Amino acid sequence: MIGGTKTAHSIVEPTPLAKRVSGVIIIIYALITMVPLAWIFATGFKTPSDSISYPPKILFDPSLEGYVNLFTTRTRQTPEYMATLPPPTTWYDELVRSRKMVIAGPSKFGERFTNSVIIGFGSTFLSVFLGTLAAYGFSRFKVPLKDDLLFFILSTRMMPPIAVAIPIFLMYRNLGLSDTHLGMILLYTAVNISLAVWLLKGFMDEIPREYEEAAMIDGYTRLQAFRKVVLPQAMTGIASTAIFCLIFAWNEYAFALLLTSGTAQTAPPFIPTIIGEGGLDWPAVAAGATIFLIPVLVFTILLRKHLLRGITFGAVRK
Amino acid sequence: MAITSSIDRLADRAAGATPPQMRHTVRGLSDRGIAWLFIAPTIVLLLAINIFPLLWTLYLSFTNFKANRIGREIKWIGTRNYERILADADIWETLQVTAHFLFWTIALQVLIGFTLAWLINRQFKGHSFWTTVIVLPMMLSPAVVGNFWTFLYQPQIGLFNYAVSFFTGIDPSSFQMIGSVNLAPWSIVIVDTWMWTPFVMLICLAGLRSIPDYIYEAAEVDRATPWRQFWTITVPMVMPFLMLAVLFRGIENFKMFDLVVELTSGGPGSVTELASINLKREAFEKWRTGYSSAFAIILFVTVFGAANIYVKALNRVKQR
Amino acid sequence: MKKTILAGALAVAGTMGLMAQNAKAQDITLCWAAWDPANALVELSKDFTTETGIGMKFEFVPWPNFADRMLNELNSGGKLCDIMIGDSQWIGGGAENGHYVKLNAFFDKEGISMDDFAPATVYAYSTWPKGTPNYYALPAMGDANGWFYRKDWFSKPELQAEFKKKYGRDLGEPKTQKELMDIGRFFQGREIDGKKRYGVNIFTERGSEGITMGATGAMYAWGFKYENTPGKYDMEGAVNSPAAVEALEFYKELYECCTAPGYTDSYMQESLDSFKSGQVAMAMNWFAFFPGLYKDENVGGDNIGFFVNPAQNVAASTLGGQGMSVISYSDKQDEALAYIKWFAQPDVQAKWWSLGGYSASNSVLNSPTFKDSQPFAADFLEALAGVQDFWQEPAYAELLLAMQKRLHDYVVADKGTAKEALDKLIVDWTETFEDEGKL
Repeated sequence: MIGGTKTAHSIVEPTPLAKRVSGVIIIIYALITMVPLAWIFATGFKTPSDSISYPPKILFDPSLEGYVNLFTTRTRQTPEYMATLPPPTTWYDELVRSRKMVIAGPSKFGERFTNSVIIGFGSTFLSVFLGTLAAYGFSRFKVPLKDDLLFFILSTRMMPPIAVAIPIFLMYRNLGLSDTHLGMILLYTAVNISLAVWLLKGFMDEIPREYEEAAMIDGYTRLQAFRKVVLPQAMTGIASTAIFCLIFAWNEYAFALLLTSGTAQTAPPFIPTIIGEGGLDWPAVAAGATIFLIPVLVFTILLRKHLLRGITFGAVRK
Repeated sequence: MAITSSIDRLADRAAGATPPQMRHTVRGLSDRGIAWLFIAPTIVLLLAINIFPLLWTLYLSFTNFKANRIGREIKWIGTRNYERILADADIWETLQVTAHFLFWTIALQVLIGFTLAWLINRQFKGHSFWTTVIVLPMMLSPAVVGNFWTFLYQPQIGLFNYAVSFFTGIDPSSFQMIGSVNLAPWSIVIVDTWMWTPFVMLICLAGLRSIPDYIYEAAEVDRATPWRQFWTITVPMVMPFLMLAVLFRGIENFKMFDLVVELTSGGPGSVTELASINLKREAFEKWRTGYSSAFAIILFVTVFGAANIYVKALNRVKQR
Repeated sequence: MKKTILAGALAVAGTMGLMAQNAKAQDITLCWAAWDPANALVELSKDFTTETGIGMKFEFVPWPNFADRMLNELNSGGKLCDIMIGDSQWIGGGAENGHYVKLNAFFDKEGISMDDFAPATVYAYSTWPKGTPNYYALPAMGDANGWFYRKDWFSKPELQAEFKKKYGRDLGEPKTQKELMDIGRFFQGREIDGKKRYGVNIFTERGSEGITMGATGAMYAWGFKYENTPGKYDMEGAVNSPAAVEALEFYKELYECCTAPGYTDSYMQESLDSFKSGQVAMAMNWFAFFPGLYKDENVGGDNIGFFVNPAQNVAASTLGGQGMSVISYSDKQDEALAYIKWFAQPDVQAKWWSLGGYSASNSVLNSPTFKDSQPFAADFLEALAGVQDFWQEPAYAELLLAMQKRLHDYVVADKGTAKEALDKLIVDWTETFEDEGKL
């Protein structure tokens, strides 16, 4: 190629070949990056022995054993004892019996997952609620020391979670909030609120102020204008902020590890401790991980337009 | 203050246009009342769950307090905890481990992330779909993913060693990623890079898209080679975005806990014991609350100070 | 659309919150580690519920997270557990920090005598200060670290002949630690039945207590002591004695010569894994797992043999096992005490042993049929006679984690020498005891 003749295809508009090459590289990268996730998904449908075979099995007979193990606790029994039992009534009973075990009861996974849902949605609701109010306040009014306050709100995210956990542990112990849903909801709200305020302030800033002013000239009070004009306009922003807060609370591990032990423990510290007979039960771990990760995958796809904004606290808005 | 305004300024640039700052006069007390009514709950919550604990940590850092010894008298011991930490070889070791982790994760993520963004910016068919696919890992729970990576890293049965052996012919049981002293620090770098490269990529992509076409067109007129255009236009224009990405990754990886604790829990020995993991051991396993409070304060001051210096540098880059 | 998703999800969250509240008031929760004996205890406890109508709930945490999570729960004054089967080293902290209810008055009232339990277990699991008649737990599960091996491999004539030629003695259960290493070397890398096998699996876990429990097995056998004079905390010359250094060097050599690749962070579960998957000829683990191993379809039965931790200079084993305590923060202490009273009965203790738990009751251990009741029963009695435990001080976690670090740095991460590791350990421990005001 001789320079000058192809000016139409400079960096501004790459050549078809350059486009194709880029595409191929990106697709290869994307596929490689998906391998661990695909492996989690596939391992969930392996039998425990297939999951630890050497070399790793790429083709295998799918089994639901991992999922059954995830939701049950089982005990190994002697063949003599098994012979005395009535025949299995369900497919999962049958599956467990075929491994010379009987189901002793449900596992803790259901409870932990429920805790994740309660704490995730509870804290999301609170942080978005408080965040919307604060963001509106910062966006529309002259607040003394506004920049300092905003910076203060942001800087609360810089502290390592373990460092904050020390006094919170002591505080919660005195208040009886250790290992409670309320305690965790308040804590996650406090962590998420910086994100909520910063993101929502950005969204509110984009809503033309004239709308409210017009409404107020029509006789609305400031609060009415906020409710009837600004909130509906900000709905997309509020929804995507909510999803970001939810994802954070859903994935959070350090506080959950240190401040909960049973009653309010969420799934992330629990999933890695799912053990079977002799060693980690990888299919069950993978099954738990799959169930746990899928909501976030769905949310990420829903959110893709606002993703960049969310991960940079609203600093990059495109 | 520095960071807010600079991020704001950066945001202005990125968005192209920000809503005009409201210079309106406040209409009477009721507006001011609403403003405080709206903002106060957030501030109160943060004071209760962030500032009060921070001050408490500061106080505890000057005591011999141990949270698991309920009846024991709390003694004020001055700066003894700080002296001990600064003289402790193990602490310096964890800071070195953290520095290694920080440097390599950021270097690799910037390199790969920028390259990916540059390729995606050529807008081939289906680029937005594949961008979404690439982004998925960073949204997932680091603890759950980290735990699963221990499985991928198992010698023999794990996919990682098997893949390496498939492409290089090395026996898959001949090396261990998370068990060996030499490879373990890299095993955590690899997983963090896998997870967070998309973050840098997304920000770089925003940077690339913010460059107006006419600048390149003008360069074409001047007969600048693509190579020259890349170094004189693309790189400087993306630089503020890239630096922002580095700031975020730097703060996050300085605090890193969940991913690495599930992957290696700091081992073997202490070769992957990052500052946060060490802090957790001191605070919640050894229960040396006073000592670990002092370490927490040191870490906080370090992040805070480094971030401020960095933002000043960031502003200088932008002004040039 | 997003609004409906959000609203729907909030509604779901709300109802789930209500559901979570309705656990029965009378149920009590027992906290323990998630392992084979815990399953046996679930089975055993069904009788308690039948007799008393008190329902039993269980919170079992895998060993690597057990101490961490449960001590955190105790230190936060949590009400999750009514009964705790806590590790032996927790007793000092449990007693001094008021987590455990002192049981003397209750024992007197109910006629439960500590003389009915094996003295080693009472000393280790129940008393604080050590050896005084102040009881904070009922011995629940006797345990020690022992070994098991592939009897089917050991009895192959061609291997026996080859071993005899090489070492001049029969291939059988080792009598000393060094013999154990010989056997490990013999099996390391050997092909048996078409697969590559390895020598031993030993504890190397870094996070909780693994490598300390494993390495002290060798160190006690060399005559290791924590103090020159008991109670004086004078560790110089004891902790880093030549015998201790030699034992630690031995443990590192055993790790390097004879373990399967990839076991750099190995504890109970990994030990079982490596043995059950046929990778190793011998493995160490707690007696608690032996009933399950013996029942295993592939490596159990006639294919497995058990032996007590071999002596080198002295006969000694690392102590495991737990006592059963009532948590002082519990609102249901009466029900919890009722459980302990029920558990202490001789016939319940007998059933406990038959289900796979290790009773510490003399009525079980001294019964004439005990030794032959299981292939490992006699070994268990022998181990129990020589058990030694780690520090049980209230600051035990600090002491343990220091040792974990020093040992893992030396054995697995190959840093420094054994002497240096133990010297540094003395520095760490001295600092802790100074903080405690004991030095």
